[in-house]
Amino acid sequence: MFDQLSERLQSTLAGVRSKGRLGEEDVDRAMREIRLALLEADVNFKVVKSFTARVKERCLESEVLESLDPGQQVIKVVNEELTDLMGGSGRDLAFVDGGLTVILMAGLQGSGKTTASAKLAALLGRDGRKVALAACDVYRPAAIEQLETVGRRAGATVYQKGTEADPVEIAKWAVDLAREEGRDVLIIDTAGRLHVDEGLMAELSKIRKTVKPHNILLVVDAMTGQDAVSVAESFSEAVEFDGVVISKLDGDARGGAALSVKAVTGKPIMFASTGEKLDAFDRFHPDRMAGRILGMGDVLSLIEKAEQQVDADEAEELQRKMASEQFTLEDFLKQMRQVRKMGPIGNLLGMMPGMGAMKQLKDVDVDEGELDRVEAIILSMTREERLNPEIIKGSRRRRIAEGSGTRIQQVNNLVKQFGQMRKLMKQVASGGMPDPSQLAKATGRQARPRIRRR
Amino acid sequence: MTVEWSDILDTGVAPTGPPDSGPVEEGEKKGAFRRLRESLSRSRQALAEELTASLFDRVDEETWERLEEALILADAGPMVTASVVERLEMEVDSGSVAPEGDAIRERLIEILAEIARLDGDSVRPIDLTARPSVLLVTGVNGTGKTTSIGKIAWHLSNEFGLDVLLGAADTYRAAAAEQLAEWADRAGAGIVRSQEGADPGSVAFDAIEAGKARGSDVIIIDTAGRLQTQGSLMDELGKVRRVIEKQIEGAPHETLISIDATTGQNGLRQAKAFAEAVHLDGVILTKLDGTAKGGIALAIASELDIPVKLIGIGEGLEDLRPFDPDQFARALVGSGE
Ligand SMILES: Nc1nc2c(ncn2[C@@H]2O[C@H](COP(=O)(O)OP(=O)(O)O)[C@@H](O)[C@H]2O)c(=O)[nH]1
Ligand SMILES: [Mg+2]
Repeated sequence: MFDQLSERLQSTLAGVRSKGRLGEEDVDRAMREIRLALLEADVNFKVVKSFTARVKERCLESEVLESLDPGQQVIKVVNEELTDLMGGSGRDLAFVDGGLTVILMAGLQGSGKTTASAKLAALLGRDGRKVALAACDVYRPAAIEQLETVGRRAGATVYQKGTEADPVEIAKWAVDLAREEGRDVLIIDTAGRLHVDEGLMAELSKIRKTVKPHNILLVVDAMTGQDAVSVAESFSEAVEFDGVVISKLDGDARGGAALSVKAVTGKPIMFASTGEKLDAFDRFHPDRMAGRILGMGDVLSLIEKAEQQVDADEAEELQRKMASEQFTLEDFLKQMRQVRKMGPIGNLLGMMPGMGAMKQLKDVDVDEGELDRVEAIILSMTREERLNPEIIKGSRRRRIAEGSGTRIQQVNNLVKQFGQMRKLMKQVASGGMPDPSQLAKATGRQARPRIRRR
Repeated sequence: MTVEWSDILDTGVAPTGPPDSGPVEEGEKKGAFRRLRESLSRSRQALAEELTASLFDRVDEETWERLEEALILADAGPMVTASVVERLEMEVDSGSVAPEGDAIRERLIEILAEIARLDGDSVRPIDLTARPSVLLVTGVNGTGKTTSIGKIAWHLSNEFGLDVLLGAADTYRAAAAEQLAEWADRAGAGIVRSQEGADPGSVAFDAIEAGKARGSDVIIIDTAGRLQTQGSLMDELGKVRRVIEKQIEGAPHETLISIDATTGQNGLRQAKAFAEAVHLDGVILTKLDGTAKGGIALAIASELDIPVKLIGIGEGLEDLRPFDPDQFARALVGSGE
């Protein structure tokens, strides 16, 4: 359903292009699709509402760029707004210079706090810090044993006082001990609690007041639904957390909850937990998340690149030339360079959703060297030769080969292939030429549904 | 009309009366039921904010929009929401439902309960009539498998007087077996366990052999949490099931998935993938004691034909209840009693 957002937007808005501007009705139709897509991704209803209102406004204002079709135009606006909402490249933890930094972990039951605590310990340990963990979950059976095991694996010391002690006392004791032992960081793992559990929320707030942590992180499961907002609001009220750890991002949840939490509390998402292993934990990249929520891989950056590179008027001129067989090697060079400016062809393939996931394509080795050679050959021609490739005979070939450091045979091949290509182009040209923006369009259209149906 | 334990647990024996020998004090017990009432009224209240009584006073475009909003906020998902609202709107337009508040609300509850119930008026019980019966519990990490198993075991042994054996086939998570052992202790059940990292299939095998030898009535196998996208771990789960199948004909007699009520639309993918890997008979919908309404259960029921059988409403032994579609639908809509 949602996997085809871009496709659906394109068909919804087909025919709008000629108007040059999106009408209110077109935009409303597009907004319905976007709303559905965001809801499927678990973005909170209220966040969706204000979000689509803002996107709508912008879409109504904007001209339909000539190089993009209206569907892509809308996606671009959506993506920009989404990335914006998700927040810049989030802030890092606050560290105490030369002293002990205390980090308090909070979250619902089963959100992944204990694992996240250990992973964070491992990450900070890799940065060269001496890390300790404090076991303050005295409620869930065997929670302390779990922390001891994963903490040890992470190379951190685990402070625990069993299940009889009071969590607030344990936290206080652990901070003192960590300071005494000269640790750089103490991470306090707490019991999971429902945000409506007043007793436990009060306990958490008491831990905070007692040990005054320098950072409080809320762990949120990427699979959380609409409730993420009330959870975040309650925790924000009780402990004013500084940032969010989004867990279980290695699954196939779209993670709209992350967006909701950020939108409602304004707190940045700092870390993403992405797998079973201790090192599957990293700083968070908001821009990647936008594409994920929309389910479009990096097609967005591809669209943006295409948009930057392709001048619409030029494309039209090219098409005219091709149709009349006036397409020259000069045009060819320009085209090739435009495509290559977007990055190595291999990377471009990888950016296309679906392509990256297709094993066969991973092995396709686009021969960049071959492209370099072609470019060199064309560059060694005179302008006259590029405009009239027919004149490239005998001595001219030798000169070009020498100039470009290739063999005469290779120059021959290029000229011959170009002649064939030009004929072919003439036939194709009536149906439109594959300029880069259309390339992006074509892949956006076909590849996406394919990945999800695996 | 309410669904009782004896409706949802088909153990082949009559309950020996309400649990009285458990470690739960009389005061705490009352506490548990009060908590249930409170948590249900909390869900009700939350949705009631969306669906105020005045919502249906005048039936217009806004009525349907706000109804949609309420269902979406309950995590029912766009598909279920659209179809329910459309159906209700059509019924009102055609005159089969009177265009006034109470009638619409009651009809809405009926429709939602119908989706949740799946089989007309009857519930599909958890079939534990065979001796021994094997119950396999699966699900994503942290959704409440182990906790729910502890609670089920407690009901089976205290309410039905059955001998229950737990198999700790979560050999992956650190201290998982210790956690299960503690529940076994509270529930008065036995446990078969192995070291961390052991093959889960062989733990399941050992548990069933031990259960047969000691004449257990019900064997419950706990499994490691896994994301439905982890192919090799899903395959491993399939293997555990096949090990069980080979040991006792017809086993596992019941396979459940635990789903966290706070889960959004990904819950549907979870249920789908686990159903493909091990075949599911039902859902345990946990953590309904929060503000999440668990509407994803409707999507799972309607798209995959898998009913919710149990709900988790807290962390104590008593905090597991038979799923009651009417009560659930009422809580979703947030109407009076
Ligand atoms: N509030 C609440 N917490 C629950 C419920 N069921 C399980 N939990 C908690 O959720 C956490 C994860 O449960 P656990 O049984 O370890 O999940 P597993 O990983 O699926 O075995 C624990 O802290 C449990 O106490 C429930 O119904 N309500
Ligand atoms: Mg478990």
